[in-house]
Amino acid sequence: MAEYNLKTPLTDEAMGKLKAGDVVRLTGTIYTARDAAHKRLIDLLDKAEPLPFDLKGSVIYYVGPSPAPPGRPIGAAGPTTSYRMDTYAPRLHSLGCKASVGKGKRSDAVKQALKDHTAVYFGATGGAGALLSKCITAAKVIAFDELGPEAIRELTVVDFPLLVINDSYGGELYVQPDRKAAGLE
Amino acid sequence: MRTLNATQVIDTVAKMCIDSNRYLPADVRQRFAECAAREESPAAKEVFRQLTENYELAEETGLPLCQDTGLAVFFVEMGEDLRIEGMNIREAINEGVRKGYADGFLRKSACDPLTRANTKDNTPAIIHFDIVPGDRLKIAFMAKGGGSENMSRVTMLSPAQGWAGIKKFVIERVAEAGPNPCPPTVVGIGVGGTFDYSPILAKKALLRKLDDVNPDPKLAAMEDELLEALNKLGIGPMGLGGKTTCLGVKIAMSPCHIASLPLAVNIQCHSSRHQEVEI
Repeated sequence: MAEYNLKTPLTDEAMGKLKAGDVVRLTGTIYTARDAAHKRLIDLLDKAEPLPFDLKGSVIYYVGPSPAPPGRPIGAAGPTTSYRMDTYAPRLHSLGCKASVGKGKRSDAVKQALKDHTAVYFGATGGAGALLSKCITAAKVIAFDELGPEAIRELTVVDFPLLVINDSYGGELYVQPDRKAAGLE
Repeated sequence: MRTLNATQVIDTVAKMCIDSNRYLPADVRQRFAECAAREESPAAKEVFRQLTENYELAEETGLPLCQDTGLAVFFVEMGEDLRIEGMNIREAINEGVRKGYADGFLRKSACDPLTRANTKDNTPAIIHFDIVPGDRLKIAFMAKGGGSENMSRVTMLSPAQGWAGIKKFVIERVAEAGPNPCPPTVVGIGVGGTFDYSPILAKKALLRKLDDVNPDPKLAAMEDELLEALNKLGIGPMGLGGKTTCLGVKIAMSPCHIASLPLAVNIQCHSSRHQEVEI
C-alpha cells in the first residue's frame, strides 16, 4: 500500500494511481456537505443554476462540524456516515467531483460512478473529530448558512489523513463480515 | 419533602452535556488499551492510536470528542419526596441542554423530521422518567450519535425462536451494519417488554460500564457468548478488519406477553459518552 501527498484540485491522473488501502495526506481546499446541503445542490442542478463551488476536481467532505470555539477555525470535524449521500454522489462525480470523504459503506451505483469518472471514496476515522480538526486551518460558510451545521463550508486542510476505501478500479478496503465464523451459516 | 431549586438541575445538566462530550469515560479508555494490545493488524492498531490521541486532544483543547455531540438522552429517577422549585423538571432539563450545548460549543443536531429545520438548541431532549422512593434526584445522560442510532433495530420475534433467534438477529444486525456505526461498538440489547419498551431497555443497558458484570449470571453468560461471536465477524475498528468489532454487549430483560418476544438492538459507537449524577 502506497502513501501519497496530494493537493487540490484533484486530477484524473492522481486518482488513477490510487488503490484501495493507500494512505493519502490531503492539502488544499475541500467543501463540506451532508444530507440537507446535498439536496440543495441537486435542486440547483435541476434548475440549471450555478453551484456555490466548482465541482471540477473537487473534494466533498461529509461532515457537520461542531461550532468553532473562540480562537479556533472550526470545532470537532470528523466524517459522518456516507450511505445517506449515495443517491446524490453519482451525479456530482459525473460533473467533475473527484472524491468524497466519509465513513461507512457505499452503494453499487456510487462504486460504478467512481469507475466511470475516475474518482475515489476516502475514509477518515469516524469519531476522531478533535484530532481531524487539527488539520483544518481555515473554515468559512459559503452557502446555505441557515442549515447551521449542515451549511456548505470551504475548508483549508493541511495533511488531512485519509485512506482510500473505494478506488476507481472497483477495489474496496472494507472487509466482508465473516458470518460463518460468527455462527450465522 | 425535600425542595431543590430548578437552577441546580439546569446547571448540573449543562455541565453533564459539556463534560460527557469532552471526556471519554475511563472504562472506555481502558477497553481501547486492552483491545489495541490484542490487535495484530496495523490498520486496527492505527485506529486505536488515533482514537486515543483524539480523547487526549479533546481533554486538552476542550473540543468535543466527536462533531456529533448527539441527541441528549436522559434517564431520570426522581424521589417521590422531592419537589423541584421554580420550573417543571422536564423544562429544567431542556433548559440545561440549551445552556450546555451553547456554552460548550456543542453541535445542535435536533431537527424537524420532515422539513429538517434545525431546532437550533438541541432540544427537545429525550427524557425517560422513573418515580422512586426517597428524596434524591438521579440523572443519567447520554450523548447519542445518529450514525450508530441509524444502525439500531427493533423486531418482534416469535417465542419459538428463543435465545437462538435473538443471537442470530443481533449478529446479523452487527454484520449488516459493518463499518457504518463507527466500530468498535457497544451493543445494547433489550429483550422482552412490549414493542415500545424493549428499545428503552436496550438504551438503558448502554449506560452500564464496560467492565461491569451483569448481576444475573444467566445474562452475564449471554453477554459473553454474544461478544465473542460478534468479534468473530472480523469487521474490526472502522471496518478495516481486526479482532475488535465490539467493545461490549449489555443485555437487559423484562417479562413480555405470552405471544411475544420483543427484541431491540441499540448500537452505540466507540465514543460511548454517558454520565450519571445524583443530587
